[in-house]
Amino acid sequence: MSVTTAGPAQSGFSFGEYLTCLNGIVWREALRFLHQRERFVSALVRPLVWLFIFAAGFRQVLGISIIPPYETYILYEVYIAPGLMAMIQLFNGMQSSLSMVYDREMGNMRTLLVSPLPRWYLLFCKLLAGTAVSLLQVYAFLLIAWFWDIAPPPIGYLTVLPALVLSGLMLGALGMLISSGIKQLENFAGVMNFVIFPMFFASSALYPLWRVQEGSPMLYYVCDFNPFTHAVELVRFALYGKMNWVSLAVVVGCTLVFMIGAIYAYDPSRGFSRRGPAGGET
Amino acid sequence: MWRRYLLSGLALGLLSAVPARAYVAYVSNEKGNTVSVIDTDSWTVTNTIKVGQRPRGIEYTRDGKFVMVAVGDDDTIQVIDTKTQQVTDTLPSGPDPELFTQDTTGKVLYVANENDNTVTVIDLEKRARLGDIQVGVEPEGMAISPDDRVLINTSETTNMAHFIDTSSRQVVASVLVDSRPRFAAFKPDGSELWVSSEIGGTVSIIDPQKHAVTGKIEFAIPGLRKEAIQPVGINMTRDGKTVFVALGPANRIAVVDGASHAVTKYLLVGQRVWHMAFTPDGKYLLSTNGLSNDVSVIDVAAQKVIKTIQVGELPWGIAMQP
Repeated sequence: MSVTTAGPAQSGFSFGEYLTCLNGIVWREALRFLHQRERFVSALVRPLVWLFIFAAGFRQVLGISIIPPYETYILYEVYIAPGLMAMIQLFNGMQSSLSMVYDREMGNMRTLLVSPLPRWYLLFCKLLAGTAVSLLQVYAFLLIAWFWDIAPPPIGYLTVLPALVLSGLMLGALGMLISSGIKQLENFAGVMNFVIFPMFFASSALYPLWRVQEGSPMLYYVCDFNPFTHAVELVRFALYGKMNWVSLAVVVGCTLVFMIGAIYAYDPSRGFSRRGPAGGET
Repeated sequence: MWRRYLLSGLALGLLSAVPARAYVAYVSNEKGNTVSVIDTDSWTVTNTIKVGQRPRGIEYTRDGKFVMVAVGDDDTIQVIDTKTQQVTDTLPSGPDPELFTQDTTGKVLYVANENDNTVTVIDLEKRARLGDIQVGVEPEGMAISPDDRVLINTSETTNMAHFIDTSSRQVVASVLVDSRPRFAAFKPDGSELWVSSEIGGTVSIIDPQKHAVTGKIEFAIPGLRKEAIQPVGINMTRDGKTVFVALGPANRIAVVDGASHAVTKYLLVGQRVWHMAFTPDGKYLLSTNGLSNDVSVIDVAAQKVIKTIQVGELPWGIAMQP
């Protein structure tokens, strides 16, 4: 208790004020998401296209092997479901960072950043808000996938939640870090080509790593090094009530690194504002 | 009052936490010349028993005290004591015994001898050979009607299901089915006989009274060649409402509606699925997957494969304790 109160007392804010700030940021993000119905639909259509169309053609790709955490042979659509859940979060993470670039251009960010609360806290709230939105999308996807015979054990829907929060934070923090370096909205297309696609394809989302290793040992190392692979594996194991400790360590580590990086990059003395005028921030 | 609710809730919780009764399954490994013993509580292999060469057909005696396994290349049937889990005796079959069945009392055993075109009749109490019945070429599938009056033998090369009168031990009728019939099973009420044809890729439904094929079940799995679909083992739930058909190299088990004969689902299991057995409570079905050396466990009510267990080399048959 004393620890909780010590923080705000030092910076001059009460716990309630921190909560009000968190509530404001999360609510704004939720409202924005709810008002953009096309965004919700497109966030669902993307993984569903992969599930219904792509997976249909690759049913035999897994061959005969039992891959942990599965305890028996599975169809390809069952395999890619966790990868698609992480893909939703990857796109969502990048989209929230896109919104930050937009906010900066439009001048909304100034309103946020003039808040007297510490900057790291504002950014963390923004990350939490983005993660909460991604959770809505992922659970909506899981509901539709259930009708497609992708039915993990019932407890899996609960155990996957902390894993999704962690992977959502990691991917959101990565997006935030990237957004700090983007000056204009138009440049965001580059993020698609240079971040989202390589991260998604060079991971275990679409193919198990042993399959990748058969094709190219070099690519296997790239995939294994990719934090997105570990986000996928963490989600995959958690969905079946199991824990992948290596992936957990990688995801936690990367979340911290990306988050610290983003906080550093958004510091006015070092971040974008010093790099010159851009849009609404001029 | 609230204490009473709490206690009854606790008791209910404890009751539901009691695990299902554990059963023991024996799996014959054709190439490994062993029998794997599986515990259905932990779903693990608890023992591997060395047996004769090329073990295939395997079954419990009705009293549950012994497991009989046909060791084809040794031309005999070995008897495993389920207490000591050791081979203790042999039964006098003909050359290359493959599959066998016993009557409902567990007194008489009928063995299909693949290389001899005969079915051997064995008295299980005296463990003595009572005689042989001449059948078609390469006899394999064996089934007995629920009233013990009719014995069925399928001959792989003759492509026939032979109806044998168990009292006269004579073939009374032969029904032509599709290519390479490997397995036969009666519906629990005896109203239908199902025969799987491995090369033909079908299951024939036969009227046991009229000795005529009344229907045929065909299978189609998207993305698989028709030749890969080779039906072998057939297992029916006790009420005859659901039938499971192992489809060999299709790596799938078809779930068939017992009444309408419509295929309702395909379950993915290991490679070249051969034979199956239900747990006595009917909750699980276990299948032997020959080429992937494992046994898959199916939740019968959910119609879902829940686990796959590694066993010996080339698992073929499976016997579940009665």
